[in-house]
Amino acid sequence: MNREALQRYSLAVISHLLLVAAWHFFVVVGKVPKFVMPSPWETLQALLVPNYRWVENITVTSVEIFGGYILAVVIGVALALVFSWSRWLEMIVMPLLVSLNMIPKVALGPLIIVWFKYGIGPNIMMAFAICFFPIILTTARGLREVEPDLLDLVRTLKGSRWQVFIKIQLPGALPYIFSGMKVAAILAVAGAIVGEFLGSDRGLGYLMLQVQVTLDTAAMFMAVILITLIGGLLYLLVLGLERLLVVRDARLQ
Amino acid sequence: MMAEPFIHIAGVKKVYRTRGSEFLAVSEATFDVEAGELVSLVGPSGCGKTTLLKILAGLHSYEAGEVHIGSSTQPFDPSRDIGMVFQSPLLLKWRRIIDNVLLPAEILGLPMAASRNRARELLALVGLAGNEDKYPYELSGGMQQRAAIARALIHDPKLILMDEPFGALDALTREKMNIELLRIWQEAKKTIVFVTHGITEAVFLGTRVIVLTAGPARMADNFKVELPHPRTLDMKTNEKFGEYTRRIYRLLGME
Repeated sequence: MNREALQRYSLAVISHLLLVAAWHFFVVVGKVPKFVMPSPWETLQALLVPNYRWVENITVTSVEIFGGYILAVVIGVALALVFSWSRWLEMIVMPLLVSLNMIPKVALGPLIIVWFKYGIGPNIMMAFAICFFPIILTTARGLREVEPDLLDLVRTLKGSRWQVFIKIQLPGALPYIFSGMKVAAILAVAGAIVGEFLGSDRGLGYLMLQVQVTLDTAAMFMAVILITLIGGLLYLLVLGLERLLVVRDARLQ
Repeated sequence: MMAEPFIHIAGVKKVYRTRGSEFLAVSEATFDVEAGELVSLVGPSGCGKTTLLKILAGLHSYEAGEVHIGSSTQPFDPSRDIGMVFQSPLLLKWRRIIDNVLLPAEILGLPMAASRNRARELLALVGLAGNEDKYPYELSGGMQQRAAIARALIHDPKLILMDEPFGALDALTREKMNIELLRIWQEAKKTIVFVTHGITEAVFLGTRVIVLTAGPARMADNFKVELPHPRTLDMKTNEKFGEYTRRIYRLLGME
């Protein structure tokens, strides 16, 4: 790591620590009641309550987020690939998808529960529904963005449609796929939590509703932090994969 | 003895039709190119020079006339004997320079080990030795265009078609690339058709210059450039050079 990067990372860490410190002093100096805002230390202590079954709830929420997300990536990319091969199919299905995208996915929650009861499955579907569109839309766009002159170059060599796809289109679309995946990573978290709010018997979102009744704000804070950490982890994994697969210059900022 | 030309174009005409209106892109194009020539196609935008180049590449159809490439001594295979260079280098960002050069070899299914060696030689020929493993973004615009020229040569085509390849470069780099191109042309011994709107560039590079005019598109002139090789930059100030450029300026109505 060079000096500039080191400096950037340490500044980022410092700003986060400053936020926690500001939080601490705000609560302590302002004598804020615990049920309004717990201190960082009280928030951490919420982890010690065995009743809250943190490990199980973290696992459930993670499965929902990662499950819905991976499903959305696989299906979104696959459908975009199919569309890039069949213009007819794209012209029929794509407008439909754009219209469906207008539906606020959250509004589908009660319906999903009616159809599939509640539990991990419907919450995976909710996460999927909310992060599927950005992936298919950016992938389809990436597959379309091929320089016409480059196609001419391949045509003079009598290259096949498959060669264009595998050597030019698909690697060229990768940066777009990743930009969609990054947007979707954040949405997937929101989808899973909304799903848990609407109907579930496990997960961090469910836990938040439970402790809301007893006004255990510290546990709510802890749950929010954990949800954020799961989302952050997903985002970092996607970033890492992007670094591995996409040449620096080709990455979309 | 009259040698059989490598390229024979006679009375070629191309019309674009869009929503009922017609646009004459090329007309009265008639000229021959000998094997090993570097022919400049020069003219303003809309004169059909790029269209004509794409007709030669087999990418465009045409309404009338005939196009024949190849001779008994130089048979021509349209899928293997065309190398193309465009205004933009069009290198694939995710491939190293050498792998960019190898793209046509991959598409044609040529033996890769031999092609890889050839790619190294070609990169040396275009002045990019030592840059094989870099990515395009690590090279300047001029260097990227050199790599694009190496890519056009990788499958050893007989004909190189260049569409304003130095149009996006700054003036000094462009002059340098002109001299480099002449050197590469002489070493690689290829027939080159070079499209440009630069009048001095057309004369400086060409063994022959074909002038196309716009509105309506037609071929206005076709003359041999009697300047010795290797060409040097000081030739641009000699009288003969000036006569050639004035001749083109006159045809384009700029004098």
